[in-house]
Amino acid sequence: MSSAAEAAAAGAVRTSFESGRSTRIWELAFKGCLASCILVSLLVLVVLLEQIVNDGIGSLSLGFLTDTPSRIDPASSGIGPALTGTLWLMLVCTVFIIPVGVATAVYLEEYADSDRWFNRVIEVNIQNLAAVPSIVYGVLGLAFLVRGPLSMGHVLLAGGLTLGLLVLPVLIVAGREAIRAVPPSIREGSMALGATRWQTVWKQVLPASLPGIATGAILSLSRAIGETAPLIVIGAAAFATSSPTGIFDDVTALPIQIFSWISDPQPEFKSLAAAGIIVLMVILLAMNAVAIWLRNRYERKW
Amino acid sequence: MEAATAKGASPGGFGPLGKRRRRPGEEVIRVLLFVAAAISVLTTIGIVFALVEESVSFFGEVGTRFFTDTEWTPLFQDPEYGIWPLLNGTFLITGIGILVAVPLGLGTAVYLSEYATPRVRKIVKPIIEVLVGVPTVVFGYFALTLVTPIIVQDLFGVQVQFNALSAGLVMGIMIMPTIASISEDAMSAVPQGLREGAYGLGATKRQVATKVVFPAAISGVVAAIVLGISRGIGETMIVLIAAGLAPSNGLNPVDPHATITGFMAATAKGDNPAGTIGYQSIFALGLTLFVLTLVMNMIAIRFVRKYRQVYE
Repeated sequence: MSSAAEAAAAGAVRTSFESGRSTRIWELAFKGCLASCILVSLLVLVVLLEQIVNDGIGSLSLGFLTDTPSRIDPASSGIGPALTGTLWLMLVCTVFIIPVGVATAVYLEEYADSDRWFNRVIEVNIQNLAAVPSIVYGVLGLAFLVRGPLSMGHVLLAGGLTLGLLVLPVLIVAGREAIRAVPPSIREGSMALGATRWQTVWKQVLPASLPGIATGAILSLSRAIGETAPLIVIGAAAFATSSPTGIFDDVTALPIQIFSWISDPQPEFKSLAAAGIIVLMVILLAMNAVAIWLRNRYERKW
Repeated sequence: MEAATAKGASPGGFGPLGKRRRRPGEEVIRVLLFVAAAISVLTTIGIVFALVEESVSFFGEVGTRFFTDTEWTPLFQDPEYGIWPLLNGTFLITGIGILVAVPLGLGTAVYLSEYATPRVRKIVKPIIEVLVGVPTVVFGYFALTLVTPIIVQDLFGVQVQFNALSAGLVMGIMIMPTIASISEDAMSAVPQGLREGAYGLGATKRQVATKVVFPAAISGVVAAIVLGISRGIGETMIVLIAAGLAPSNGLNPVDPHATITGFMAATAKGDNPAGTIGYQSIFALGLTLFVLTLVMNMIAIRFVRKYRQVYE
């Protein structure tokens, strides 16, 4: 404040931007505040990971990955069925979202005339779907896949499709970005050589945007793999005693098993939950690492 | 680019090159791609249809008691159907979350957009991405086993296991990256010329950040906060695990509360066959949630469009 007083006393022209020694202190303090915001977030992440590793590392073993969960004996409990269920869910999800997501992205970027009202509806709709809470997708799955018109019961197929619908917008948005990054000159060159629109898309645009699409697909799956709420709503089995062997077996998944251990009042089960979380986080970090590697390794600058 | 759409519009446009060859395969592919794109629209229609269909039965039975009752106890012997306690829990917990997420998120955004060197950005951004990717069931575990014992029980000295405060604090950490990344986008979109103009007038870095960049990016910042609120309202696992399932009209954050999402999940987990009021209540609550988040998202999209229009 003293700088303001000095400036006024000297009869200098006052601007709204003043500087002086106290200003420099404010500058530093401000920067420090901002940096501490980041540090707090970092610290929380570190504490979270440390807590989980501390709680769970003791229960982690090879047997933990394959054993079936037990209600009585925490020591012999494992995530075998849950992990298998998660793998089936991801398989269904992948088979569903890749063709649909990529086709939608191609349609919106290469074919759709954005002046037409229905194309605009599709675009706005995808934006809105991305913000619909995940539990609402569970309700959709419950009403149409588990019961209602398809009535397949709470099977892995229904769970995988529900998760697929949930993460589809993520893949579509990533796919569109990847396709948009391919310069128009590639398309023009291809078409000038007599290729049709689809030949251009299939032989030029898609191969060029593949790394971006693959990254988007992995990120979508890594979102799907941790989702719990929609699976609870469609009726996932909190306690699967045997591993599912196909997509028509009951839904069970790693996050569901973790949740059911968290809700157990016995403290021994909490460490099982933490061990399950370690496995889940390792899978997630591995998927993210692959996505980042893909992006850096194959991303082309035009 | 217009070749495909021109087919119906002006086949004569290709005059000098002779008649355009018909390619039925191309048309089939075009239709298939359109069908794939239409799946997303069908999803929305499906959601609305599913929610409304069962909600009609629910409201047929409950009527306006949804708004006039003061308690939410649909599964009790003597049921009450007032939505208020659940809205109260939802907004109380989301409010605590926003109080944590807004300062942390905006601080991070300003730092990343105005102060950070490329190297710092390269380190911090992936870490924030990891935070985005943490499944919410993990955050729930964190709230229950660490935040509740340390902050609520030790710091505040309240011996409760389930409470709104720890759910809200952890929810804030979950929402933070959303707010940080959207508002950082908005701040980075502010043209360099505005900053340089301010520097030219003698402004310091802090003044540029707070008096030039922040006001210029305000619509993006508002959009980020609205989307953050919307994420909080829709969050299920943290509140299901840590907040308890006691619908309450109280405002004490260290008491147990229930949210719309928490009650939906708990009811779905319990045995409520189709046709019962319990089953239908899942859909009525889902509809409430859907409308709430849709409105928020519409507002956010409007604000995002505003800053895009100004600077792009």
